[in-house]
Amino acid sequence: MKSNFLWASSLALGLGALTCYADDPATVEKLQQQLQQMQENFNRTVREQQTQIEALKKQLDQIQRKESIQPKGTIPSSPPSVAVPSAPASGSETKPWSPTDPIRVGGRSAYVDLSMVGTFAAGTSTAHDIEGGTQMGGHDPNQRGFTTQGVELNLQGAVDPYFRGNANILFQLDSGGESFVELEEAWLETVSLPANLQLRAGQYLTEFGRLNTQHPHSWGFVDAPLVNGRLLGEDGVRNPGIRLSWLVPTPFYSELFVGVQNSQGGTSDSFRSDHAGEPFLGRIWEERGVGSLGDMLYSTRYAMSFDLSDTQTLLGGVSAIFGPNSTGGNTDTQIYGADVYWKWKPATAHAGFPFVSWQTEAILRRLQAGAFRNDFNGSGTLDAGEDVFGDGLIHTAPREGLTNWGLYSQLLYGFREGWVGGLRGDYVGRTRRASYELAYGDDSDRLSRWRISPNLTWYPSEFSKIRLQYNYDDRDKIGVDHSVWLQFELLLGAHAAHKF
Amino acid sequence: MKTFLATVFATLIATSAQAKLNIVVTTPDLAAIARVVGGDQVEITTLARPTEDPHFVDAKPSFIVRLNKASVLIEGGAELEIGWLPPLLAGARNPKIQSGQPGRVLCSDGISMREVPTTLDRSKGDLHASGNPHFMVDPMNARIVAQHLADAFGKLEASSAGIFSANASKFGDLLDAKMLEWEKTLAPFKGREIVAYHNSWLYFAERFGLKIELFLEPKPGIPPSPSHLAEVISKMKEMNARVVIVDPYLNRKTAETVARGTDATVLDVAQFPGGVKGTEGGYIALMDYLVNSLAKALGDKK
Repeated sequence: MKSNFLWASSLALGLGALTCYADDPATVEKLQQQLQQMQENFNRTVREQQTQIEALKKQLDQIQRKESIQPKGTIPSSPPSVAVPSAPASGSETKPWSPTDPIRVGGRSAYVDLSMVGTFAAGTSTAHDIEGGTQMGGHDPNQRGFTTQGVELNLQGAVDPYFRGNANILFQLDSGGESFVELEEAWLETVSLPANLQLRAGQYLTEFGRLNTQHPHSWGFVDAPLVNGRLLGEDGVRNPGIRLSWLVPTPFYSELFVGVQNSQGGTSDSFRSDHAGEPFLGRIWEERGVGSLGDMLYSTRYAMSFDLSDTQTLLGGVSAIFGPNSTGGNTDTQIYGADVYWKWKPATAHAGFPFVSWQTEAILRRLQAGAFRNDFNGSGTLDAGEDVFGDGLIHTAPREGLTNWGLYSQLLYGFREGWVGGLRGDYVGRTRRASYELAYGDDSDRLSRWRISPNLTWYPSEFSKIRLQYNYDDRDKIGVDHSVWLQFELLLGAHAAHKF
Repeated sequence: MKTFLATVFATLIATSAQAKLNIVVTTPDLAAIARVVGGDQVEITTLARPTEDPHFVDAKPSFIVRLNKASVLIEGGAELEIGWLPPLLAGARNPKIQSGQPGRVLCSDGISMREVPTTLDRSKGDLHASGNPHFMVDPMNARIVAQHLADAFGKLEASSAGIFSANASKFGDLLDAKMLEWEKTLAPFKGREIVAYHNSWLYFAERFGLKIELFLEPKPGIPPSPSHLAEVISKMKEMNARVVIVDPYLNRKTAETVARGTDATVLDVAQFPGGVKGTEGGYIALMDYLVNSLAKALGDKK
């Protein structure tokens, strides 16, 4: 500053001497203005150069990092803008990895984002038949004491420029303490099909309603709604297949899904499942092969969404699944669903709080059940292996239509940061008694039942949660049961992103 | 049905008539720069609202439709949008804005990112692996982003490249001129301590020689606990920190409680133009507000 001043004053003096107007105040002002402008120009040049230097340094740094990560001559399969600039700390990357270093995955520095969600429950119930009785879901708490509801490993990433991949592998302990592994999902999905189309292939959760496509850890309650457990099966509907979805060119969001999947197994409970040889809906379900395309599972869904205001969003849809069932050679099942989800979140919400959300799903199942008689060899008497109901009787049921339906409605209120209060009501029922029920007594898989579940969840951070839930459960012909469950959950690895 | 078809046709005609670049921007600060650089050659849609927490925007399905039609997606990057952008992009099925494409602009590219963690450990809170993503509050970073956007737009719309570049330079010149003014305004407060809720003001503090190192949340993304707040209060007294700044989406009551205990002022600030009244005009208006209101608050609390 001082040197600037000296320089400027000598300039002024020089100019003054030349023009002989040194004492004219207008000239002094003009010179001062010039000086100020020059100073500003000088400062600007410095700043511009500084900016350029910073940008160049950054570029150089990136290039150096790229070279240090990629073996020479290979082209990375994922676009470098994802893999490289977001890589953490360049210092740690130039150092070769040694076996004693911890392996860190997740974030966007790896080719695959890896995460693990562990969900556990502890609690008790007055019911004598918790597993499959009061608790219909395959990942619900299943006994007094502790339950490992699931430890879910998720891997996802870009496969190549054409596909995106995702896999969910679930580890679980059954109520007897035995470990087992479930392949929940493993699919690839196209990234750039024309005409707003998208194709998914592999093992995937059938696009039906809202809850069926969500993994249990993102549910608002400890357990599955009764209607999902009873009509879609304890694990919901999922199987290997392909699915095409079309983002309909409407001004609002609307999407149409059409899928074809296998129709057998415990993950398509109302279709070609054999129910492990146990009676279901008054019949033994026989293994039935695939004869034609008509023996596959077909599903469709149409969803749409509207922003009601700046703070309220509505998402709704209708879904259907069609497929054969193995109660006979020519019998099939149709499941229909309607769902609605509404959410309010103010424009100044912090960390996602406060919010209010309301979600309701109604499901109806029409199942054509085949004629049945457990005199399998036609001898007219009950022979060895034929007493499948354990009552020493030959059960006879005609071919008949069995219709069941149900719904749940849940309200969640995130009343302060990290805290959510919830209330859910459940109802399931049948349209009328089936002929097998008239003859041999009501079937607990069809009887009406309702349940009320208040709960409270605390999220210490985005990566953990603790939830306390009470279930008041009223089953027709069985009575009232009370259950209390405490759920706790942890998330490790890649940051979760939430679908609406 | 007739009116529906008419609307569809009208939309189709409108789309073909305007050759404007259809740009979707994640946050309003980047949108403000894109608007300056793009001028009337571009059509801009902003996803996050100016008062909203940029880490926790709902992935509304209507955003999928906007992304589906976009020819450019501008994001801050550095994991700012990690909680909501990926599912939207998966649903958008728009090859033009997939990462690595010219239509995907990551503004953190070319920025000297600060606080890049050497180890990733969530016991320290929700850290961003690529560094602190709130870099736009440094006007010199806004300058880099403007240049970056001009280059990106120019590649996509070569005929207007000159206009974009001129707009960016003009904006840069304006920023430079304003910079002198802002630096002068804040010069008397060099080294002063300011308390914030979340560590989103680092780049601003560094540019203007302020210290914003004390936070109401104990770790990034972890809600304040009473014991931590007590600690903050005692530290504030120790450091003579007398101004607490609060973004519109943060809990002002927490800040007020702390301020009461320390005779400090709570000052409403925002990262995004429009987040606080009087900042709707754009990036410069926001910076004017930030600098002037901060200078006033610091001046009042000597």
